[in-house]
Amino acid sequence: MRRILAILLENEPGSLSRIVGLFSQRAFNIESLTVAPTEDESLSRITIATSGDDCVLEQIVKQVNKLIDVIKITDLTERSHVERELLLIKLLAMNDKTRTEVKRIADIFRGNIVDIGKQVYTVQVTGDAEKLDAFISAVSNETEVIESVRSGCVGIARGEKALRV
Amino acid sequence: MTKELYTGAEMVVKALSALKVKYIFGYPGGSVLDIYDAIFNQDDVEHILVRHEQAATHMADGYTRATGEVGVVLATSGPGATNCVTGIATAYMDSIPMVVLAGQVATSLIGDDAFQETDIVGCSRPIVKHSFNCRKLEDIPNIIAKAFYIANSGRPGPVVVELPKDMLIPQNKGEFHIDTDVQLRSYNPTVKGHPKQIKKAVQTIANAERLVVYTGGGIVLSDASEQLTTLVERLNAPITNTLMGLGGISGVHPNFLGMLGMHGSLEANKAMANADVILALGARFDDRVTNNVQKFCPNATIIHVDVDPTSISKTINAHIPVVGLVDKVMAQLMEEMDATGYERNEAALTNWWQQIEEWRSVNSFSYQAPAEDDKIKPQQVVEAMYEITKGEAYVCSDVGQHQMFAAQYYPFAKPRQWINSGGLGTMGFGLPAAMGAKLAFPDSHVICITGDGSVQMNIQELSTCLQYNLPVVIVSLNNRSLGMVRQWQDMIYGGRHSSSYMESLPDFVKLAESYGHVGIQINHLSELDEKLNEAFAIRNRLVFVDVLVDEKEHVYPMQVRHGAVDDMWIKKGEKA
Ligand SMILES: Cc1ncc(C[n+]2csc(CCOP(=O)(O)OP(=O)(O)O)c2C)c(N)n1
Repeated sequence: MRRILAILLENEPGSLSRIVGLFSQRAFNIESLTVAPTEDESLSRITIATSGDDCVLEQIVKQVNKLIDVIKITDLTERSHVERELLLIKLLAMNDKTRTEVKRIADIFRGNIVDIGKQVYTVQVTGDAEKLDAFISAVSNETEVIESVRSGCVGIARGEKALRV
Repeated sequence: MTKELYTGAEMVVKALSALKVKYIFGYPGGSVLDIYDAIFNQDDVEHILVRHEQAATHMADGYTRATGEVGVVLATSGPGATNCVTGIATAYMDSIPMVVLAGQVATSLIGDDAFQETDIVGCSRPIVKHSFNCRKLEDIPNIIAKAFYIANSGRPGPVVVELPKDMLIPQNKGEFHIDTDVQLRSYNPTVKGHPKQIKKAVQTIANAERLVVYTGGGIVLSDASEQLTTLVERLNAPITNTLMGLGGISGVHPNFLGMLGMHGSLEANKAMANADVILALGARFDDRVTNNVQKFCPNATIIHVDVDPTSISKTINAHIPVVGLVDKVMAQLMEEMDATGYERNEAALTNWWQQIEEWRSVNSFSYQAPAEDDKIKPQQVVEAMYEITKGEAYVCSDVGQHQMFAAQYYPFAKPRQWINSGGLGTMGFGLPAAMGAKLAFPDSHVICITGDGSVQMNIQELSTCLQYNLPVVIVSLNNRSLGMVRQWQDMIYGGRHSSSYMESLPDFVKLAESYGHVGIQINHLSELDEKLNEAFAIRNRLVFVDVLVDEKEHVYPMQVRHGAVDDMWIKKGEKA
C-alpha cells in the first residue's frame, strides 16, 4: 500500500543523507522524496512516498524516529490530507491542431502553459500523482512528450492537526 | 581582563577532561597532530598508543564493557579513520557507548580528494548512532558533550565526531564553553514504561503457567542484574540469557538455565519453545537466538521490554511492548506487583520446574572427556580456567568455537565479566578488549580466550601490552584451523575444508617472547592443570598460553538450521 510520510527534522548537514541511507540500508522503498527548509530555518521538512504493509510501515516510522535529528514523523495516509505534486512537461506542438488540443487539455486539468518555443509547449500541472498520470496519458494521445519532470509529492494534514515543534 | 583563548585542539582535550575522561585510545597522524600536542601539555587525559586503529576501538570498547564508562578513540583522517570502521560496527551492534574523534582534512580541502581525505561520516553512517561535523571551533566542546550524551543514553552506541584540521591549528583560537547538561529537542529517549502496558504485563505474568524470563545485553548495559535477580526470585521463574546477557544473573543461580540460542543449553531452548509467556528484558530476538522466526515459540505471549522501540516487533511480534529503560521498567513491574497483590501460581510452577528439570537432566553441555593420552578437549581448558580463577576473572573472547566454549563452560557470576563481540562477531576483538579491561582493572585477572585464527587479527597489540604493562593472560585454544568454519564445513558442506586450515602458524611461544612476554605451550593433557596454574600465577607479565587442543571437536549443542528454537543437535549425529 502506498503511504505518504511527513518528517520534521533538524536542518543540519547530513540529516537528509541519514534518512536516505536508512531507507536504502534497510531495503525500504522510496517512490518519491521532497525536502526543503520550513518557515523556521532550523527545521527541514521531508515528504516521502513509500509503500509497504503495516509491519514495514511500523518499522520505517520507528527507524526514522530513532534518528537523532528527527523531531517528528507522521503517516499522512492515515488521515485526510492534501497532497500535491508539480509536473513540468515539454510537449511537441508543431501545428495549430496540436497546440489547441494541448491548451484544451491543460485547461481541463487546470494546468498552465509556462513556456513556448517554436515547436514546443511547456505545461505546468499540479495535483496528486493520479491526476498528473491522467494528464500525461491524455496529452500523449494528442502529441509527443519530449521531456517531463515531477517534483515528488508534498502533503499536509487537513484541519487543525499540524506537524510542528 | 582578557578572556583566555584556546585552540580547537586544546578545546578537544579540555572538553574530554571536563567530561572526566581518563583514557583515550588512538594513533597519531597529520590531521590530528595538534590534538596530540595538546595532550602532551596536560595530565588529565592519558593517551594509549595502540598499533592499529581497529585495536584502539576494541580497546576503548573493552574498557567500556568492563567499566560502563564511555570509551574514547582518536584517529587521524583517511586511513586512521577507516581503520576504525570495524570497531565502530562492533560497538554499534552490541550497543556500546563510544565516541570516535576522527581527524579530517582542512575544511577548504574537503571534497577535493585531498591527501588522506575520506568521508568518515559517510563511511560510518550505517554503523553509528549519530555523527557530527565540526565547522566552527567554538562548537567543539559542546559537540563533544552532545556526542557523549547521545552515545551513553537511551540505547547506547558509537558516535563519530569529525574534526577538520583547520579547526585545530594554533592560528585559530576562541573561547571555551561547555554545557555538560545536554538537552536536544529532537532526542528524548523514553525512560519509563507506559503504566497501562506495565499493568497488562503483570496480569499476563500472574496468569502464566509456563513463564520464561529471557534477558540480553540490556541488563548488563544498565547494570540491572541485582534487580533482575530479585525479580526472578520473586517470580521463581526460569531464566535464560543471550550470549550478550551472560552474567546478568549469576551463572550458578538455580533458576538459570544457561544461555539459549544457537549453542545454548537444551533446557533453555526447550523452556523457550514450551513457554506460554516470555518476559523479554533488554534482549532483541536476534536470529542467533530465534532460529527460524516462523517456528519461534508459537504458543507464547511475548512481553518485550526494550529501550529501543525499533527492536520491538522487528523480527518477532510482541504482544505487550514496553518501551523504557530495563531497570526502570523492572522497578515498575515490582511496584505493580506490590500494588495488585501478586501471588505466584505455585501449582503451575511446580509442574513447570519438574518439566524443566527433566530437560536439564540431559546435561547438554557434557563433552566426551578424553582418555589420558588423548588430545586436550577445549572445554576442559575453559573448565580449568574457571577453577583456577574461581570464576572471578574478566573473560574477553574472540570469535569462533573457543568463544562458545567460554560462554558454555565459564559460568559468569557478575555482569561485565564476559566481554565479547556478540552482534558483529568480530575476530580480532579479544586481545584489545582484554587490554581495555586490564587497564580498567589492573588487579583482576583478565583473560583473552582466543583461537589461532582470531588472535592473529590483532596480534601486533602484544607490543602495546608491553609498553603499558598490561599483563593479560592470553589462552589460545589452538586447533590449527578456523574451527567454527571447519565445524560448519563438517556439518553442512560434506567435510570439504575449503580454506579453513591455518597453514604456517607461527611459534606462538617465540612470538610472545619476541614481544617481551612469557610464552607457554601446553601439549599434553597431563600438563594442562600444572601449566595453566603456572601461567595464571604470573601476575606482572603478559602470558601467552598456546594450548594444542583436539582439532576435531565441535561445539554442541547446536540448533538445527532453520528449525525451531529447540530443534537441536546434542552431539554428533544425535538430535534432542
Ligand atoms: C573478521 C572476521 N572474519 C571472518 C569471520 C568468520 N569466522 C567466524 S568464526 C571463524 C573461525 C575462527 O577461528 P579461530 O579464531 O581459530 O577460532 P576457533 O573457531 O578455531 O576456536 C571465522 C573465520 C569473523 N567472524 N570475523
